[in-house]
Amino acid sequence: MTDLTRLSAADLAAKLARKEVSSVEATQAQLDRIAAVDGDVHAFLHVDAEGALATAADVDARRAAGEGLHGLAGVPIAVKDIVATKGMPTTCGSKILDGWIPPYDATITLRIKAAGLPILGKTNMDEFAMGSSTEHSAYGPTRNPWDRDRIPGGSGGGSAAAVAAFEAALAIGTDTGGSIRQPGALTGTVGVKPTYGGISRYGLVALASSLDQAGPVTRTVLDAALLHELMGGHDPMDSTSIDAPAPLVVSAARRADVKGLKIGIVKELGGEGFQAGVSARFHEAVELLTSAGAEVVEVSLPSLEYALAAYYLVMPSEASSNLARFDAMRYGVRVPPAGADDPSAEQVMASSRDAGFGDEVKRRIIVGTYALSSGYYDAYYGSAQKVRTLLARDFAAAFEQVDVLVSPTSPTTAWQLGAKLDDPLSMYLQDVATIPANLAGIPGLSLPVGLADEDGLPVGLQFLAPQQADDRLYNAGAALEKLLEEKWGGPMLAQAPDLEVAR
Amino acid sequence: MSETLVPVDEALTRYDPVMGLEIHIELNTATKMFCGCPTEFGAEPNTQVCPVCLALPGALPVVNAKAIESAIRIGLALNCEIAEWCRFARKNYFYPDMPKNFQTSQYDEPIAFDGHVDVEVDGETYRIDIERAHMEEDTGKSLHVGGSTGRIHGADFSLVDYNRAGIPLIEIVTRTIEVPGDKAAAVARAYVSYVRDLIGGLGVSDVRMDQGSLRADVNLSLKPKGSTTLGTRSETKNVNSFRSVERAVRYEISRHAGILDEGGSVLQETRHFHEDTGTTSSGREKSDADDYRYFPEPDLAPVSPSREWVEELRATLPEPPAVRRARLQADWGFSDLEMRDTIGAGALQLVADTIEAGATPQAARKWWLGEMARRANEQGADLDSLGITPLQVAEIQALIDAGRINDKLARSVFDGVIAGEGTPEEVIVGRQLEVVSDDGALGEAVDRAIAGDPDAAQKIRDGKQAAAGALIGAVMKEMRGQADAGRVRELILEKLT
Repeated sequence: MTDLTRLSAADLAAKLARKEVSSVEATQAQLDRIAAVDGDVHAFLHVDAEGALATAADVDARRAAGEGLHGLAGVPIAVKDIVATKGMPTTCGSKILDGWIPPYDATITLRIKAAGLPILGKTNMDEFAMGSSTEHSAYGPTRNPWDRDRIPGGSGGGSAAAVAAFEAALAIGTDTGGSIRQPGALTGTVGVKPTYGGISRYGLVALASSLDQAGPVTRTVLDAALLHELMGGHDPMDSTSIDAPAPLVVSAARRADVKGLKIGIVKELGGEGFQAGVSARFHEAVELLTSAGAEVVEVSLPSLEYALAAYYLVMPSEASSNLARFDAMRYGVRVPPAGADDPSAEQVMASSRDAGFGDEVKRRIIVGTYALSSGYYDAYYGSAQKVRTLLARDFAAAFEQVDVLVSPTSPTTAWQLGAKLDDPLSMYLQDVATIPANLAGIPGLSLPVGLADEDGLPVGLQFLAPQQADDRLYNAGAALEKLLEEKWGGPMLAQAPDLEVAR
Repeated sequence: MSETLVPVDEALTRYDPVMGLEIHIELNTATKMFCGCPTEFGAEPNTQVCPVCLALPGALPVVNAKAIESAIRIGLALNCEIAEWCRFARKNYFYPDMPKNFQTSQYDEPIAFDGHVDVEVDGETYRIDIERAHMEEDTGKSLHVGGSTGRIHGADFSLVDYNRAGIPLIEIVTRTIEVPGDKAAAVARAYVSYVRDLIGGLGVSDVRMDQGSLRADVNLSLKPKGSTTLGTRSETKNVNSFRSVERAVRYEISRHAGILDEGGSVLQETRHFHEDTGTTSSGREKSDADDYRYFPEPDLAPVSPSREWVEELRATLPEPPAVRRARLQADWGFSDLEMRDTIGAGALQLVADTIEAGATPQAARKWWLGEMARRANEQGADLDSLGITPLQVAEIQALIDAGRINDKLARSVFDGVIAGEGTPEEVIVGRQLEVVSDDGALGEAVDRAIAGDPDAAQKIRDGKQAAAGALIGAVMKEMRGQADAGRVRELILEKLT
């Protein structure tokens, strides 16, 4: 019998539709895999075997009764722990939400439940999505399935590692500055940050409201499109949700044809600071696209040099305000101040936040509070917003010339656990290629393009497209995926080391 | 703390007051500003809440379209410009009754700005310039338990009710108001009263000061006569009646003058007004160091009302207050003085509603400016919080007109209605107040009165009808006021002429 955990979501869905396999069997297979490898990988913070199997059994019964079901019904999914799931813990990787059980579902959770996808559990992440390595989780790091001494990227290292380790075929991530795409690149998986407003943010615990976007984490481009389509579309509960027809991502992923497609290489995202093996795989991939009929040119985004600085003002500013609600008054961990017999509400707020937040969260709250302060606002937050406008203009000009842009997703491959933990600036620099899409609100897709020669670790390539042209990413991504798999003779993850089954 | 208070009249010989008024209006939308929770007043604590207004992790706001509409109509009624594009902003500060620890408000991009209203005091018109009217959300309500003051200091613990959190508010901010010092308090009161009538007429708020759906803050500073430099202001919060607005202005003039006379400097602070004593006390010290870290609310799309919509809304506005007042005065046949007194007492709408309910204009005016004004004054309350409605006043007047009660008995009916004894009809029955107009019973009483005062009887027989008053008085006394005085007079004259 086929190992169900190795199937793509599309293939599993097809088997389920043909009743060759049941959702209970597929879900049990994933739960078994999680039990076998997650002690090592630590992709999950919470596993809901009972709930997942109950959904699976329900879908099987409905299918047996001949009910019309969603195409992905019965395909198990993992959800990043920043998405509100009614009745299931949602910690955001933070101590301050230890034990909090949301009384409501995020819109995307509702859509997943309505479509009948068994939720396997919640995946690990940097605390409140602040980080690029998942080491800032209050519940311990996730390990990269390619090399367990290395980080899986972040903040969504849990979702990426779960998919890379065959613990799930589908996972949900969120991307504020690269938290879906960079872990995708570092674990050899596919990750998409949709157009801002393309997928509802209602029920995603906010890091930076104007940058956050949920998206799919998968092993194939088509799977990402299927999950994107399921989650996307207008939501009246999110004022920033786009009220217009969603891009046709699934048909684009099936088209997979780059003949005549104009592709721009972003001049500023390469060369110095990019690992040799990353650059090599990137350029080979671009050559493959050329050979398949794409027209490749180099384009420049002059404002890009300010993007990282602008991002590290906008993100902490919004975060400092978004995270103010964690005050121990209505929910979350309450830690009374030591030595105060009759503490005031303010003292309880302060001591709870001190005990509940980790260092990286505190660092960003402090930076953001400072940047928004009277007298500094114009110089910091105000200027950063101007950079966003300039950057959006640069992108608009570039998309006059080309259909999509490409760059390496991340300047390096996965690094050793702990290597950058004491050097936040070096960690922040890892986001240089992913951040611009968030600042401009445009969509980006990362897919694996090979292993770096020097360390044998996955390298990712990123496509960028104009707002609401997410379909272009899937067309180009699926085309490149096909070309690469023809070259490799199979998916790249087939080359990943087998994880020891720890039973 | 002992404070030197300078009598207002004396203070005004040396200083000119400069005022600024902020009025918060709670809109009467069915749902809250950013979520679908109901807004009814007085529900069990924490029953009108949801993930959004409790600020649960991940919840997002969506603007209530009806609140935007109300805000635009208020802006138009205040003769404001309506922004073509504006945003909400976050006002960041920590407080337990504010779930997000920021208030979603508007900062430098209000929906309405640059307006004015004209208010009248003692026949003079004063123009009040409106700087802005902006949208924001209310906070929850803290109840401090234990301690003597009901304030947070000295309390044993505090309870928070989030039902009010997220109720839509419109804050109306004036530019500085500089009017002759002796008119300042009256102008402040007239302005708040005017805004109450104006917004009440739009139907967008209950505008009840006693329930907090209209709250006024009085900012005041003094500058020495002849000086152009503004003094330091105090901000007296939540002044809960028109009368208190007036008293708060007067008290702060006295207090500031006392400080300045002694060469001291006024502290920039918020102050609490005390209804019972008419004084203010120190609240929280404010300073320019207060930093709310405002920034545009990224969770809400900007608001950009189309010009067509604004014009549609303009067409829904009721007639302007000045036009309405002129029309009502003509309809009612009030003299200028009568009209001015009616407006000055904050009774215009009450009188209008009473007339609408069937009373004559003079009867409506008589009750509200006489009996009701006296009661309001005694209680230090506003007319509309006495516990009696225009409909009830009209009903009582109808009972007088029908001869069932007289003016004196009516006062007892008012007592009963206010005490919650039921409708005027029920109070009459319950208190056995009906006048006696039964000729049999009255006739016997008249006979006894004639027998008891032969002198008066003789004068009437001699054609001096004015002497009937003494006999009517005797009958009324015997009947303990419950006689139909008109009928008594008729009977006396019938019997003696």
